[in-house]
Amino acid sequence: MNTAESFAELPVTPKPPLRRFHQARWDEPIIFELSRPGRRGLAVPEPGAARVELPESVRRAEPPRLPELSQQLVLRHYLRLSQENLGADLNVDVGQGTCTMKYSPKVNDRFAAAVAEVHPLQHEDTVQGVLEIYWRLERMLAEISGLSRVSLQPGSGSAAIYANIAMIRAYHAATGGGARDQVITTMFSHPSNAACAKTAGYEVITLMPDADGLPDIEALRAAVGPRTAALMITNPEDTGIFNPRIQEFVDLVHEAGGLACYDQANANGILGITRARDAGFDLCHFNLHKTFSTPHACGGPAAGACGVSAELAPFLPGPVVTRDGDAYRLETPPRSIGKIRPFLGVTPNIVRAYAWIMALGGDGLRQVAETAALNNNYLMHKVLQIRGASAPWGRRRIEQVRYSWQELSEETGVHSEEIGVRAADFGVHYWTSHHPYVVPEPFTLEPTESYTKEDLDEYAAILAHVAEEARRDPELVKGAPYNQTIHKIDPTPLDDPKAWAPTWRAYVRKHRP
Amino acid sequence: MTGPAVAPLSGPGLVGLVVNPVAGLGGAAGLKGSDGAGTQREALARGATPRAGERAARAVRTLLARRPGTRLLTVPGPMGEDSVRAAGAACDLVRLDPAADPTADPTAGPTAGPTADPTAGPMADPTADPTAGPVGGTTARDTRRAVAALAGVDLLLFAGGDGTARDVLDAVRDLGDRAPAVLGIPAGVKVYSGCFAVAPAAAGFLAADFLHGRGQAGGRRTVEAEVVDLDEEAYRRGLVSPRLYGSLRVPAAPVALSGRKAGSSGTAPGTVDGIAREVVARMRPGVRYVLGPGATTQAVGRALGLATTLLGVDVAELGDPHRLVAADVSEAELFDLVRGTEAVVVLSVIGGQGFVLGRGNQQVSPRVLDAVTGMLVLATPHKLAALGGRPLLADTGDEELDSKLGGHVQVITGHRESTIYRVRAASEEYDG
Repeated sequence: MNTAESFAELPVTPKPPLRRFHQARWDEPIIFELSRPGRRGLAVPEPGAARVELPESVRRAEPPRLPELSQQLVLRHYLRLSQENLGADLNVDVGQGTCTMKYSPKVNDRFAAAVAEVHPLQHEDTVQGVLEIYWRLERMLAEISGLSRVSLQPGSGSAAIYANIAMIRAYHAATGGGARDQVITTMFSHPSNAACAKTAGYEVITLMPDADGLPDIEALRAAVGPRTAALMITNPEDTGIFNPRIQEFVDLVHEAGGLACYDQANANGILGITRARDAGFDLCHFNLHKTFSTPHACGGPAAGACGVSAELAPFLPGPVVTRDGDAYRLETPPRSIGKIRPFLGVTPNIVRAYAWIMALGGDGLRQVAETAALNNNYLMHKVLQIRGASAPWGRRRIEQVRYSWQELSEETGVHSEEIGVRAADFGVHYWTSHHPYVVPEPFTLEPTESYTKEDLDEYAAILAHVAEEARRDPELVKGAPYNQTIHKIDPTPLDDPKAWAPTWRAYVRKHRP
Repeated sequence: MTGPAVAPLSGPGLVGLVVNPVAGLGGAAGLKGSDGAGTQREALARGATPRAGERAARAVRTLLARRPGTRLLTVPGPMGEDSVRAAGAACDLVRLDPAADPTADPTAGPTAGPTADPTAGPMADPTADPTAGPVGGTTARDTRRAVAALAGVDLLLFAGGDGTARDVLDAVRDLGDRAPAVLGIPAGVKVYSGCFAVAPAAAGFLAADFLHGRGQAGGRRTVEAEVVDLDEEAYRRGLVSPRLYGSLRVPAAPVALSGRKAGSSGTAPGTVDGIAREVVARMRPGVRYVLGPGATTQAVGRALGLATTLLGVDVAELGDPHRLVAADVSEAELFDLVRGTEAVVVLSVIGGQGFVLGRGNQQVSPRVLDAVTGMLVLATPHKLAALGGRPLLADTGDEELDSKLGGHVQVITGHRESTIYRVRAASEEYDG
C-alpha cells in the first residue's frame, strides 16, 4: 500500500473525548434452551487414528443430558455472549478493585492447552513433566512467601483460605490447643477469612479500623488470649493501606499461642518487596488468578496456593509433589487435612502461573509490584481531582484505593452503585466494596501493572464525566444504563435460596417443575 | 446518550407531604437547633433564611421526574403547598381543622424535659411571649394535625429535623393500623434519626422506588427506623445526648445494584436477629438479664418469645418458659432487681454518636452497673461502620465510673461474630 494513501491521513472525523460505546444486545437464550434433539457438531479424527471402542463396563446406560447443537450454533452462541459482557480483555478493567484484573498473556493459554489431555488418573511415571511444573511452581511460591512448603490443590482463593483454617484447626488439635475456638480478622481483610473460619466452626472477632484507617492494635491486644486459634489478615488491606505494624500483630498472636495467617490473595503490591515469613506468618495463600495472571474464570475453576511453615507442612492437603533425584512423586503428608479438591489441582492454571513467573523472573516480579503501585498512585491523583471524590484517611496507598463518593452523593442523591452502572455506558465499570460500607458510598479501583497511562486517563475521564452528570441531571445517572445489554436487574433472588439457580438443572427444578 | 430513556415508572401512588417550615433555621445561625419560638426568632434576627421548604421542593421535583404520575396530597401554605408549587407541580389540599389536635396530651413523653413536652415542640415555647405567636405561623401541633389529616397516603414525606420526626412519630402512633410508611427529607439542624434519607434528592428517589416496588421482592417493603432527638439545651452546651423516642416504618432502601460479592438479605449474619441468637446462646439459667432500650435488644426479647419494650429497660430470665421479670422499670426498681443476684446488662448503641450508657438508658445507673456482674454490648456492623472509627461512649453521670468503663469491650455483631471496640468516657471524648 502506498503510504500516501494511509488511513491516518484520510479526512476522518476525530473521535470524541469519551467513547460512543454501545454494548451488543442479543437477547441470547441459555444454551440448553437452544437444544434440539439430534443436532450435532462434528470433530473429525486425525487421519489414521485408531478407533476406540469403550468397554461396556464404562458406557453410560443413558446419554448425558447435554444441549444438542450444531458447531455453527455453538460458535454463534458464545460469540454473542462474549459481546454481551465487559470482560477483562475488553475493557479498561481497573474497577474491580481487590480482584487484581491484570492482562493474562495469551501465549500462556497455549501452554495450558498442552496439558489439557492429561488424565488425572494417569500414573505419575507418565506425567513427570506436569509434576515437575507443580514442583517448580511450589518452590517459586515458597521463595516468594518465604514459607517452607506450598499446596497448589485449592481451586479458588476461598478454598485456599479454607484449607489454611483447616490446617490451623488440625495443628491445634495435634498440639493440645483444641480448646482454641476464636479466629481474629479485620474489617478490611477479605470477608472469606471470616466466612471460612466460621464455616470451620470458629467464633470470629473482626477488628474495626481505628481513626487512621488501620486495624486497631489495642483492640487486638484485648482480643488475643487462650481462646485465640489464629489471626487471618490481609495487608495491604482492601483500602490499599499497608499496615506498618504488621509484625507486632503477628507477635501478639504468637505470644498468645495462636497462629498467624496472611491472606495474600492479592500480593500484587508487594511481590519481591516483602514476604509473609519475614513478618513471622505461619501460613499464607495466593490467588494465582489474581497476582499470577491466570484467568479468574468467573467463579471458578481458578487456582489458590497455600504456603506453610515447616511446622505446618505435615498438615498440608494432599497429595503434594516431592522430588526424588530426577523423579517426581506424589505423596500425602503424614497428618494431611485431606483433599481440598479432587486430584492435584487446576493444572491448566498451574501451568499458566508457572509460565508467567518464568517469563518475568525475580526482577520482573518486583517490577510488577512497583508498576502496579505507580499506576495506582497515578490514577489516585487523577480521581482525587474529581469534585466529590475522596480517599478517606488520606494515607499513602499501595496497589489499590477504596474511594468515597460521599460528598457527591450528599449533594446529588446519586449513590456510588449508580455511578458505577452509568460508567458501564462508556464501556467500563467498577465494584463498590464488601459490606458493611465502612467507607461511605465506596468504590474500589485497582489498576495493576497492565494498564497504560492512556487507559487510566480514559477511566478517570469517564468518572469525572459521570460525576458532572450526577450534578447536572441526577435522574439521567439514576436511569442508567442506556447503552448496555440489559437494564437493571432485581438482585434480591441472589439472596434467596429458593430462587437462585447456579445450574440449568437447578433452574429447571426450581422454576420449571 | 443515544439509547432509549428508561420507561417512566407508572402505577398508582399517593404521596403526602408535610413541611416544618422553620426546621433548620437555627443551624445556619449557629444555634445548634431550632426548637422553641425564641430560638427561631433569634435565628431570623441573625439573618437565617428558612430552607426546609426549598429542600422539600427538591425532593418533590426528584420524585416527579422519576415517577411523573405520582399524586401529591398536602396542606395549604408553607407546610406543604408552597413547596409543591415551587417544584412546578400540582397537588390536592387538605384543610386542617383548627380545633383538632389528635395528640395534644401534655403528659406524653416519659421524661419531659424542656423539649420533650409535645405542646412545647418546635413552635410553641412556653417561655416565649404568648402574644408574639409562632414564627411562620405553624407549630408542632400543626405538624401532628397535618400528619393525621394525610393518613391514607401510600407514603408520607416530611421535611424537617429530629424534632419534626418526633412530632410525626407522635401523630403516626395515634393512627395505629392506618399509619402510612414515612420518609424524612433532611432539612433540620439535627438529623440523627434513621428515618431520614441522606439528601433531599435521595428522598425523592427513594420515594419513587418505594411506590414502584423497585428492588423490593414482593412490592413495597418497609423497615423500622429509629427516631432519636438531642436535648438542644445540652447540645448548645456542647453535650451530645441523643434519646431514642421510637421507630417509624420507612421504605427499605433498594438492595445495592452492584457489589454482589456480599449478600444483603435479611437472614444474613450480622443482622439484629443474628445478634439476638448469639445473646440467647450466651444466656445462662439463674442469671437476670437487663435488656436496655433499642431495636437490637428488643430482638433479644423477641428471640426469647417475650414482649419486651422498645424504649424501656426490661429484665428477663431463662426458664421454661422464659420469663419477663419486669418491663419498663425505673432505676430504683432495676436496682432492687439486680442487687444481690447475678445479673448481666445487655446494651445496644443509641443514635449515631455511639452512646452505650447514659442516653435513653439512664435507668442503668452507676449503682446498677456496680451491682451487676457483667455487660454485653450489641451493635450491627453497619452501626459500627457509621461511627467512622470514633469510639463508643459512656456517660453514666459518674465520670470516675465512665473512665473505668473506658478501654476495649467485646461488641456482639452477629451469631458467633463480634468485634473488640473502644469505649471512652463521653467527658473525655468531648473535652478532646
